[in-house]
Amino acid sequence: MKQTARIISTYSADVMGVCSALFELDGMTVMHDASGCNSTYTTHDEPRWYDMDSMVYISGISEMEAIMGDDEKLISDIVDAAKVLKPAFIAIAGTPIPTMTGFDFEAVASVIESRTGTPSFGFPTTGMNTYIHGASMALAGIAKRFVDDPGDSKNGEGNTLQMSARKLASVLDDCCMRPNGIKVNVLGLTPLDFSVNGTDDSIVQWLEREGFEVVSKWAMGNSLDEIRRSAEADVNLVVSAAGYGAAKVLYERFGMPYAIGYPVGNELPGLLADQIILNVKKFREQGGADTFESSEISVDSGVFLNESEGVNGSTYEKGFAAVIGEGITSLSLASTIELECGIPAKVLCATECPEDILRECDRMTPDEDDIIPELQGAAFVIADPLYKPIVPESAKFISLPSEAFSGRIYRDEIPDLVDDINELLIKIK
Amino acid sequence: MLKKINGSQSKRLNAEEIPHVRIADANFPAPFRSGLEYSSPARGTWNIVHTGMLIPEAHEIFVCAAGCLRGVVLTAAEMGTMDRFSTVAVRENNLLDGDMEDLVIEGVTDIIKKLPKRPPAVLVYTSCVHHFTGVDLDMIYSVLRSRFPDIDFTDCYMNPIMRKSGLTPDQLMRSRLYMLLHERTIDPKAVAIIGNDLPTDEDSDLMKVLKGAGLKVHEITSCKTYEEYQQMAESRVYVSYNPDAAPGGDMLSERLGGIHYALKFSFDYDEIDATFAGLADVLGIEPRSSEEIAALRAECERELEETKRLIGDTAVSIDYTFCPRPLGLAELLLDHGINVTKVYADGIPGGDKAAFGSLQKEHPDLMFYPTVHPGMRFARTANAEEKEEGKILAIGQKAAAFEETDHFVNVVEGGGMTGYEAVTRTCRLMREAFLERKEMRELVQVKGLGCEVCIR
Repeated sequence: MKQTARIISTYSADVMGVCSALFELDGMTVMHDASGCNSTYTTHDEPRWYDMDSMVYISGISEMEAIMGDDEKLISDIVDAAKVLKPAFIAIAGTPIPTMTGFDFEAVASVIESRTGTPSFGFPTTGMNTYIHGASMALAGIAKRFVDDPGDSKNGEGNTLQMSARKLASVLDDCCMRPNGIKVNVLGLTPLDFSVNGTDDSIVQWLEREGFEVVSKWAMGNSLDEIRRSAEADVNLVVSAAGYGAAKVLYERFGMPYAIGYPVGNELPGLLADQIILNVKKFREQGGADTFESSEISVDSGVFLNESEGVNGSTYEKGFAAVIGEGITSLSLASTIELECGIPAKVLCATECPEDILRECDRMTPDEDDIIPELQGAAFVIADPLYKPIVPESAKFISLPSEAFSGRIYRDEIPDLVDDINELLIKIK
Repeated sequence: MLKKINGSQSKRLNAEEIPHVRIADANFPAPFRSGLEYSSPARGTWNIVHTGMLIPEAHEIFVCAAGCLRGVVLTAAEMGTMDRFSTVAVRENNLLDGDMEDLVIEGVTDIIKKLPKRPPAVLVYTSCVHHFTGVDLDMIYSVLRSRFPDIDFTDCYMNPIMRKSGLTPDQLMRSRLYMLLHERTIDPKAVAIIGNDLPTDEDSDLMKVLKGAGLKVHEITSCKTYEEYQQMAESRVYVSYNPDAAPGGDMLSERLGGIHYALKFSFDYDEIDATFAGLADVLGIEPRSSEEIAALRAECERELEETKRLIGDTAVSIDYTFCPRPLGLAELLLDHGINVTKVYADGIPGGDKAAFGSLQKEHPDLMFYPTVHPGMRFARTANAEEKEEGKILAIGQKAAAFEETDHFVNVVEGGGMTGYEAVTRTCRLMREAFLERKEMRELVQVKGLGCEVCIR
């Protein structure tokens, strides 16, 4: 593997994913980096930078500090700034140099917390994974540290699994598959996947139209205090892999089930709503038992997997649609294309993805060399415009910009697919 | 007006709490303690991608971790030059396996073989991780040159961890820009202006002097082909006026045999005369006459008076991205009655030391503000809330952003100005900025001002 990209872009990195996930939560995030990460993040990865005065900084580590292992400089710089600026929490995220010097993120965060009294995190990002890895790690950290235990404050029940099941019983209609006020957290919202075009609000509106009640959105448009209340929800909806780490933590802490999927399309959202209800119902019936794992995955079409053919004899080898991008959003879109356009659609996932989410036809494609052969035979390619140079001329290219790949360049063209997918689907039908 | 973070109702810092110091109390060369660093949304200064792209037909290959690649890839994408830009991603296994040399060699080889057309030159940018792992760069370039004898390779660097020791990445980049020049016969009538990103003004003192003497002037900003770029090597004199270009100019002179002359960028009349007299000496031409100088000075005075007359007591802020001598400019304007109240700079350039001393004595209440101090995150909020009715005129993008003003001079890196023309043009730009609003928010966020961009 040469790890080369002759002409395509690079996804936002894990360190930026941490910053993006925590941006609206009133903390102070420090990228432990010499220079460059901050301007990259604030220029290309953070559309909220100009309008929201979030505290994201770099440490400005120098050659001598790195060589001499001078962690005290970083610690005292953070402590000094925190004393003045009083963030709700402090997060340190790593880049290649701290990775090489064996920087102990957890220990440094602990020292900072003891000196400031402010909850502190050390996220051992390396700058070598994608934003999904960092964002998922950061949101998991919030889930571990900041979500209040309703058992402590309301009835003192020690077993959170029992607590959750009891609570679910009060909201779930046994006879019908109806939400009846099931409370949902939406996990995995960052502008890197959903831009700032209102998609986050559209997801909430869709849930409310379906009869769900939204407790929190992780982490766009909600404060840390709102996110603290997340354990009041009955179920989590993971809309991108950035939310997967938090979903696992909330499952472990509170026994909250989760469903995975991005409500795009005319048919898929209904199936996803059913899946959310089903997961809650199964969870309740099984008493929050360990067997839940087997039914947690929601996005699941692959209707052409059994060698069946789509329209015009299309298969996953020829005449198919390829969706390139983040795992869960791409898989949801591919499922909708299969359901509504009648042609096989496979996912080329370039970012970290939960295990077993991808189907047999899908591929992990971290490098340009992985993607090019997978596009042979494609009739349609749905991807960020910066992928276009490697798309075969025989395929119809359908532009779907992503901030995580092309940054701000095509921001104005990023659609709110939850609000309207038909404009995209009509190009395939 | 900025929005507050969700749930946060408290204003973190008010205008008085924003870090600043009276210039009389400031220390040279670092008025502020280094610590965590904030990044202003103003992005007009050039980076190493923009600068490298000045070599016509050259291909850039960056070998770094994804987080480091992200900013440079998207710089190239915004320039519309992705066909001249490629990357090799360094991953954790490369750090552990110690195969960094192989990754560079095989990655660069792979990319070159895939290019639709063989470039005449390839700029390979290695990064901090290569520096720290002791990668054998000599061996890497030796192998690449033997594999591709028809390509000129040069070593470029994206190692910001070195910015506080030795040559800065900016100085290094400006030196690498001319490493590809091949020695050729020197033309005694040829001169090259080196180290500037933006074209030198045709009306600038430098251009007028050079062209007035009948010299052939080369400048990388006007080269359209690699051959035109190579013709720069015929120059007898290399003139730099960006202070960061001086080390590269010395290297170039040593390698190719021409003379490097570092022209001082200045707003001080005597210093302008002295530096242009030095240039005339190197070029072997007559220096400017006292009559010419008097006329130029008189023009400057007229421009300064007209500017003062128009803007009156309007508060003026200057930042370091406007030109290499922000304090020299502040001194000139203050000495002519213009109400400069703030200078935004994290350090004091060496060339500004004399102006700093003068300002401490003559204008001790001039306020010095940093740009990267963590408290500066809240400067825009504080300034917007505290701003009284009336205009603030900013000179430079960062000053404009911090002051939240649409009345600003949108120039970076001196904008190709030199000599007395820097004074007159700055005055004209100030008057224009005073009279006309600009879309500050949109303009300052565009990377590489003056570079071809596809965004917006």
